[in-house]
Amino acid sequence: MEDLWCVAGAIFQLWMVVVVFFIMLPAMFGLSLGVTGVYIQILVKILEWATIRIQKGRQEQPSVPVPLHTGIIERARGSMEEQMGQLRCPRPPAAGEFCLSDAMYFCKKGLESIVDDQVTQRFSSEELASWNLLTRTNQNFYYISLRLTIIWGLGVFVRYCILFPLSAKKWLSELVHLTCYRICARGLSATIHYHNKENRPQKGGICVANHTTPIDVVILANDGCYAMVGQIHGGLMGVLQRSMVRSCPHVWFERSEMKDRHTVTSRLRDHVAAKTKLPILIFPEGTCVNNTSVMMFKKGSFEIGGTIYPVAIKYDPRFGDAFWNSSKYNMVSYLLRMMTSWAIVVNVWYLPPMTIQDGEDAAQFANRVKSAIAHQGGLLDLAWDGGLKRGKVKDSFKEEQQKMYSNIIVGQNGIGPPEKCSQTKEDQ
Amino acid sequence: MGSSSSSLNNVPDGQQLMQETGFSAAHLLRLYERFKFLDKDNRGHLRSEDFEAVPELSENPIGDRIVGAFFLPGQETVDFSSFVRVLAHFRPTEKNRTRAGAQPEPANSRNRKLKFAFRLYDRDRDGKISRTELLQVLREMLGMQVTEEQLQSIADRAIQEADLDKDDAISFDEFRKSLEKVNIDHKMSIRFLE
Repeated sequence: MEDLWCVAGAIFQLWMVVVVFFIMLPAMFGLSLGVTGVYIQILVKILEWATIRIQKGRQEQPSVPVPLHTGIIERARGSMEEQMGQLRCPRPPAAGEFCLSDAMYFCKKGLESIVDDQVTQRFSSEELASWNLLTRTNQNFYYISLRLTIIWGLGVFVRYCILFPLSAKKWLSELVHLTCYRICARGLSATIHYHNKENRPQKGGICVANHTTPIDVVILANDGCYAMVGQIHGGLMGVLQRSMVRSCPHVWFERSEMKDRHTVTSRLRDHVAAKTKLPILIFPEGTCVNNTSVMMFKKGSFEIGGTIYPVAIKYDPRFGDAFWNSSKYNMVSYLLRMMTSWAIVVNVWYLPPMTIQDGEDAAQFANRVKSAIAHQGGLLDLAWDGGLKRGKVKDSFKEEQQKMYSNIIVGQNGIGPPEKCSQTKEDQ
Repeated sequence: MGSSSSSLNNVPDGQQLMQETGFSAAHLLRLYERFKFLDKDNRGHLRSEDFEAVPELSENPIGDRIVGAFFLPGQETVDFSSFVRVLAHFRPTEKNRTRAGAQPEPANSRNRKLKFAFRLYDRDRDGKISRTELLQVLREMLGMQVTEEQLQSIADRAIQEADLDKDDAISFDEFRKSLEKVNIDHKMSIRFLE
């Protein structure tokens, strides 16, 4: 029995040595041993194999209902005019006539959104076409074969017993130093690919990026020093924030100050004007979206002036779902989830700097930047406001619908088309 | 099709709803998930506030009417069966479907779809779309974009065209006749993915 403990102790010691030498030291010096790269490749192979097994298994058991991966319905395409115009009324469809079937268009649209609306889809985790061996993303997959289950069990073991303790230790130690960020990245088994490094944000500029998770900050800070703007959080986040202040000068606000846009804008302006200060990092979307699309950018960040350096961040969903639904999970459980994921693979693209053009207002500039980011990251460019997750839609959207419809019925001015002599049904 | 998977048992009245509405097991499961998602407080039924949480519905000019269509008169809650039964109207019509004479008309028949649309207009369910009811719908769809006169004019013309027995209202038969040549199946169907 005691021999067993000795052996266990020796193994443990060896393991610690391995941890220190192969992970912490290189992290501090920014070196990579290429282990992570190999690890990722192996993971990909395993996941692909697992997916094929599941598909085979499904073919052999037809009674298992095939889960629907993308939305449940296919939305009708085309503008309001096109969809309404299709065979509206029996008489020759003159433009600008109301038809009793017009209400059907709105009815169908309404029902489509009840069954599956685009906005709420953005806010739930991206459904994966393959199962990535994490139970969390497994909603509908069943026990298909023994082999898969074994691999899955092995996966659980590896994740919880090996990867997690590794990162927990490191998470504590890196609260103090700038190199912490690198170890962070290691701890999360993050592989980050930076593209176009020549466009990296310069001093006195503003760095603007799309926002999926709190670790976006870690990802970006790994490759440069930024001044952060944000709210002071309580709890664990607050501790982290205070420690970060020591390494870079940041701009923190109380929540009440955030409401006063002028205070925020003027403080940021001062920071930018001092060209020697580090570039400010801002996430204009205002909330975490699930990394398949870029929601409306709040124009406030774009009113400050200065040069904007857009950055697109895209997480590879095959390896772990990095999305943080703040209304569902708190910070700690989110971090736990992250650390026990397989790995996090991120692509970061630095886009060429943009400045506001003549004749462009802040909102248009914001849209332009947003499109550039969405285009680069292969994300959907949505017009929806990220604040929808918490708030309600403004009435102006309804008005837009009404305007479009009235254009069809009534035209720009006056009623309908000019009367024609050949019309038989008119009473004069 | 005899065998049912274990997960369909989680859906209340799953088997019966499948037969009645024609939805597949996978679709029913998905709809049930959607139902549970909308049912934020986990009550097992939906109220009108739960529908209002769908952002795109707030943007719809006749959003309130559509929500109203789910609730039976006098009821304030919608359970899953009612939810699915309403959605069943929007399955594409099956062509050449033979059924025994005693079986009730399927929810997605052309006639039932027309009835659903008719009820959007005929809120008091008296079997006729009165001029007032028509004006109400038009006002909702057009908002403040047209004047009162324009609205009256549009309503006049619509009633003139459809009202055959000249009682200044549109009955269901007149409604149906007026839409004879319209592809109702296309307008009132939602394409559920396989």
